[in-house]
Amino acid sequence: MRKTDLLASPILWVGLLFFGLLLDMDALRPVFAWAFPGVRPEIFDRAGFVELFLSHLGLVVAAEAAAAVVGIALAVFVTRPAGRDFRTLVNVLTTTGQTFPPAAVLALAVPAIGFGPRPTVVALLLYGLLPIVENAIAGLESVPAALRDAAEGMGLSPRQRLCQIELPLAAPVILAGVRVSVTIAIGTATIGSTVGALTFGTPIFDGLAANKIPYVLQGAVLVALFAILTDLVFAWLDRRLRPAGDGRTPA
Amino acid sequence: MTDAMIEIAGVSKAYDGRKVVDDVSLSVPRGAFCVLLGPSGCGKSTTLRMINRLVPCDSGTIRVAGKDITAVPPEALRRRIGYAIQSTGLFPHWRVGDNIATVPRLLGWPRERIDARVSELLTLLRLDPGTYRSKYPHQLSGGEQQRVGVARALAADPDVLLMDEPFAAVDPITRDALQREIARIHRATGKTILFVTHDIEEALRLASVIAILDRGRLVQFASPLEIVEHPASGFVHEFVGAQGIGLRRLSVRKVADRMRPGETAEGEPVALDASLADALEAMTARRSDRLPVADRDGRLVGAIALADLVR
Repeated sequence: MRKTDLLASPILWVGLLFFGLLLDMDALRPVFAWAFPGVRPEIFDRAGFVELFLSHLGLVVAAEAAAAVVGIALAVFVTRPAGRDFRTLVNVLTTTGQTFPPAAVLALAVPAIGFGPRPTVVALLLYGLLPIVENAIAGLESVPAALRDAAEGMGLSPRQRLCQIELPLAAPVILAGVRVSVTIAIGTATIGSTVGALTFGTPIFDGLAANKIPYVLQGAVLVALFAILTDLVFAWLDRRLRPAGDGRTPA
Repeated sequence: MTDAMIEIAGVSKAYDGRKVVDDVSLSVPRGAFCVLLGPSGCGKSTTLRMINRLVPCDSGTIRVAGKDITAVPPEALRRRIGYAIQSTGLFPHWRVGDNIATVPRLLGWPRERIDARVSELLTLLRLDPGTYRSKYPHQLSGGEQQRVGVARALAADPDVLLMDEPFAAVDPITRDALQREIARIHRATGKTILFVTHDIEEALRLASVIAILDRGRLVQFASPLEIVEHPASGFVHEFVGAQGIGLRRLSVRKVADRMRPGETAEGEPVALDASLADALEAMTARRSDRLPVADRDGRLVGAIALADLVR
């Protein structure tokens, strides 16, 4: 990336804003004082914002890494001859996972595995599978029949066809699914704070419970910036990972 | 021992009870340019795809170079049979050089040998290696892509080349050039080529032997001349062209068959192995009823007159 590209890149500015607020929320004190004249401009202090961020990030990474591995593996399986019959079943299961509200998953998971980060990861994993599976299937199926035919006819083994032809060509579509899933998960992870996980949801729920609007805003602004920044990073990754010979323009 | 490169014996294939290939037997001699010809749905593509086991046969046996194709794993079989298809099937995320190197890489050739082979093939297909090796397929014209597809099929120097309507998707002028190329490559390499098409002109132009299929059955297996002069059935007669048969006759005979050896004529010579149709074309274009004939080395060997064409 050239210097001017970097300066023009929204990643830089959104990133600076996000990490700046993370390290020094006090800087916003005058803004809160101006926006809410009647309210004492309090900054959330039950946990540090950096601590909230690391915990929030950890939950999302754990859940989405698992969702990506499971989701792509399922998509590969149901697009092979041996797994074709399971296609409908996998679709129904992942759609159900998506339909189930994460709050309901939390309510069911807490009695089974207790409070804290673990039920949150489970809820995010189930909720995040659908876009990954759907996109990975669509991506693998978008590989033109002529290419599969040529690859098979030239003697590539099934594994070579998958790894050298199908996955690289499907990569942009698969990545788009992961991007949607991760972005949703960053927002959704906030409800983990209702069962004791530390996230940017913690100041939001504390603020709602104690009627302290600045807390709510601090959590909400940070989680929004976090989601936007992540989405921008994915957009950049997409441009980098797109197959070199692809004539299509990046989305 | 036999000199047949591909022997298909009593092969059948049915989909949902409908026979698409029905008890087909044919034997393709080593070095032949065999065209599988027929209307769409006649089973010609399926027959071709059974040879490299992309389609399993229901019954019958196929031998390539004397060996039953089921005796080796399908991947090993396919790596020693060249395969080129319509719309090329070039991998869009690989450069031209990598596409051509597909099979040599699978066979584990050393890097230098692969590089040398890629340059050799690009040169054979009249594409400058320096310019084309590192281009991506989408940067090439349709005709160039098709050339790369042929180069890729030839990469590991297979004895047999299977080509499934390889030139069907290009414009007529490019197709004409590609047909010349493949005929030249066939002469130069002596490969056994099995070529599927529904285009009778293409078949008559390229084939040393033509297999005509109709609804899964082989209805005639003979030289282009034999097929035009003595169609085995009403179907073949109809397909080869009840209309325009006169010009077809000219296109399957060579100047060498009708030439007057030792005689001379004025003007640019026609080649000994040009078709009578080419000679007629040249006479019409030059408003001349008599042309000199030259052999492949350019030596004048005789003359041919308009009247000789219709003898």
